[in-house]
Amino acid sequence: MSNVSTEQEVIHDSDGNPVKTSDRKICIEVEDYDFFYGESQALIKNNISVPEKQVTALIGPSGCGKSTLLRNFNRMNDLIDGISHNGDIKIYGRSVYDPNQEVISLRKRVGMVFQKSNPFPKSIYENVIYSLRIQGVKDRCVLDETVERSLKGAALWDEVKDRLKESALGLSGGQMQRLCIARAIANEPEIILMDEPCSALDPIATAKIEELITQLKKDYTMVIVTHNMQQASRCSDITAFLYLGEIVEVADTDILFNNPGQKQTEDYISGRFG
Amino acid sequence: MSEANNQDRGNKPERLDRKAVSGEPMVWLSGMGLAIGLLLIIGLLGVIVWHGVPYFWPKRVVEVTVTPDTQLPGVEAKTFNGELRMQRLKADGVTAESQFYLGNRDIYGFSFKFLNDSSIEKMSYPQGLISIEREEYGGAIGYPVKLVLGNGSEIPAESDGFDGQLEELIDEVSQRRKDIKKLAKHKIGKVNDRLAELKFEEIEARKEYAEGSALLDSELGGIEEERAKLEATYLKLEKELNELYEEQEKDSLVYRLASGQETEMTLGKAIDFHYPNRLSFLERCLLFLSKLWVYLSEDPREANTEGGVFPAIFGTFVMTLLMSILVTPLGVIAAIYLREYARQGLLVRSVRISVNNLAGVPSIVFGVFGLGFFIYIVGDGIDNLFFKTKAEEGVATFKTGGMLWASLTLALMTIPVVVVATEEALAAVPRGMREASLACGGSKWQTIQRIVLPAALPGIITGLVLAMARGAGEVAPLMLVGVVESANELPVTGTFPFIHMDQKFMHLGFQIYDLGFQSPDSEAARPIAFATALLLIVLVVVLNLAAIIIRQRLRRKYISSTF
Repeated sequence: MSNVSTEQEVIHDSDGNPVKTSDRKICIEVEDYDFFYGESQALIKNNISVPEKQVTALIGPSGCGKSTLLRNFNRMNDLIDGISHNGDIKIYGRSVYDPNQEVISLRKRVGMVFQKSNPFPKSIYENVIYSLRIQGVKDRCVLDETVERSLKGAALWDEVKDRLKESALGLSGGQMQRLCIARAIANEPEIILMDEPCSALDPIATAKIEELITQLKKDYTMVIVTHNMQQASRCSDITAFLYLGEIVEVADTDILFNNPGQKQTEDYISGRFG
Repeated sequence: MSEANNQDRGNKPERLDRKAVSGEPMVWLSGMGLAIGLLLIIGLLGVIVWHGVPYFWPKRVVEVTVTPDTQLPGVEAKTFNGELRMQRLKADGVTAESQFYLGNRDIYGFSFKFLNDSSIEKMSYPQGLISIEREEYGGAIGYPVKLVLGNGSEIPAESDGFDGQLEELIDEVSQRRKDIKKLAKHKIGKVNDRLAELKFEEIEARKEYAEGSALLDSELGGIEEERAKLEATYLKLEKELNELYEEQEKDSLVYRLASGQETEMTLGKAIDFHYPNRLSFLERCLLFLSKLWVYLSEDPREANTEGGVFPAIFGTFVMTLLMSILVTPLGVIAAIYLREYARQGLLVRSVRISVNNLAGVPSIVFGVFGLGFFIYIVGDGIDNLFFKTKAEEGVATFKTGGMLWASLTLALMTIPVVVVATEEALAAVPRGMREASLACGGSKWQTIQRIVLPAALPGIITGLVLAMARGAGEVAPLMLVGVVESANELPVTGTFPFIHMDQKFMHLGFQIYDLGFQSPDSEAARPIAFATALLLIVLVVVLNLAAIIIRQRLRRKYISSTF
């Protein structure tokens, strides 16, 4: 299987030595994590270390728990009744379940982009600065600056800069998803989670988003859930393969796709099941 | 298709199945259902319009001569004038009879007369008949003879200047009538109100200060001084009023009935006149519109059978508005809690079912609740706290029906509608929008306030429209909590506190009930009852249209793409 990987940008540490992926600082640490929807167990003893400022992809067949794991990083699963967990998830050493940390402040540090783009029925401008508005920011300069920065960061600025006050619902599908990305980075989070961001988009829009992901990883830690293995091999630095709630294998992307350690991984990648 | 028919002759069941499957009978059935519904509505409106609108249309006056053997008790003569109001068959299904409006109730003692058509020998439409609308005893119908002015001069009806002079005099009289009303109601009324207040102030002063103390004496002195001043003002105003009344009486009109009998009326009682048989179609239309305008803008006269219904329109409008203002926040907040915050369990489900069932409680029960709780308990408390002196003298401010209690009772009655509509609207907001807001770091309340509520607004307004429609039409509870058939003042006036929550008011629905069942002259009342019913429907439609337009505007803003 051909592996077209993007140019791995070589980061240098303070001494000027190039840093390998595996030497990166760990951003998210999942330790022996079990997760239950009521009685049924959705995640079984997950262990994974997500390095910072890299793209980590979660792949696996439907129902294997990728979205569940992703949504645990910003505690979106709290919306569901009857959930419980064992083990811990730590972001920069601090548990997401830390009683001293409010869920709201956690979600400001961990942004999320959903599978089906969900802009608010407001103007483009208001959509982007929503996070700032709910924090009470009123300064016009700060807001304008944030809008420009976020839209540029999401590669949408040139297309919408003349119609910021128009309704966001008038954009095309690909533009709406990029708007959601802009909205997520307006807050300058540390981590951006993406749950199958391109599954509802056409190939050209998909390509744009993938390009965006590669740019965004310079500033943000990205975790992406995807069904599309080519996308995972194109965009990500680290890939984790999940099956039936367990993390079967985690490795650098080119290693996982070219030389998988587990037979299950190899079967999935070569399309024998999944 | 015919070939298929021939081939399928032996295969009948298949053909039937196809028709049943295509659903064609259901299409027809549902179309018929809709048609029946529409017909019912149109029919109802048609009946109301048919009976109500003719009330405003100026009719010609007919001169009827009856056969020599017909007896006309009360009229005595064999000829009389009247408006032809109605024609119908008697109970036996054979005899035709006609109803005439005679006017001149001061002479005949009654206004309406039924006559068998067979008794009528001759009918004509004389040009010379005049119809005068009066302050009392209904209208006057007859032949004008002459004007007798205060200075003694007389103007015969045949002279050229008669009509002009009559019009001039009646304009003068109408203006003076307005002045009298202003004087009597406002100026003298204010003086009387202040005198009544002084009485209570005196009682309070006597209670507060010891008998014989200097403070008491100075208080009482001040009160006496003001009282003396007010009474002097009162005497002056009363003299002015009497002068005006005298002026009204100075001119009079002599007119003649069809029987030849002459009679005189003071012009001070006249409101308007016209020659009914001389009007062109255009003039009739103008008169129609002017009668309509009078109906909408004037106060009622003669036990609500004449004049206008403006106070009732105003009262209905203010009450419906107040009810909406009270019910919307209450219902929306309750729905938000039920849907968003309460833990969905058995308790919440029972609450929801109870609220829904509240919509089925008969409205009179709400009236009784309003009377028992709001008036007797809460009103009593308020009176004892804030209006103690008056309460002890037996004068009730809030312990009796009023605008506040009526609006509150109706708001309670319409809460279920708003709660249900709001809950549905909240549930319909797409999950994706909520998740997006939460993922941006919004709290649950911020999500509701900024995203969910605005998106649910069209549905909430639908609930409001339904609530207003239900509330505006209810009469039974209002009878117990604050509506009267005749109120002195409007509930909103220029004096502080501007909206008088403790005041009783008039209501269109109650007017209809009053006219239909409690009117002394039910024949005269019938056309007005229909006209008032039509007006109530129009008022509710106007309120609903306003809400629907607002909802339409909001919907356009919040249409979510289906992508």
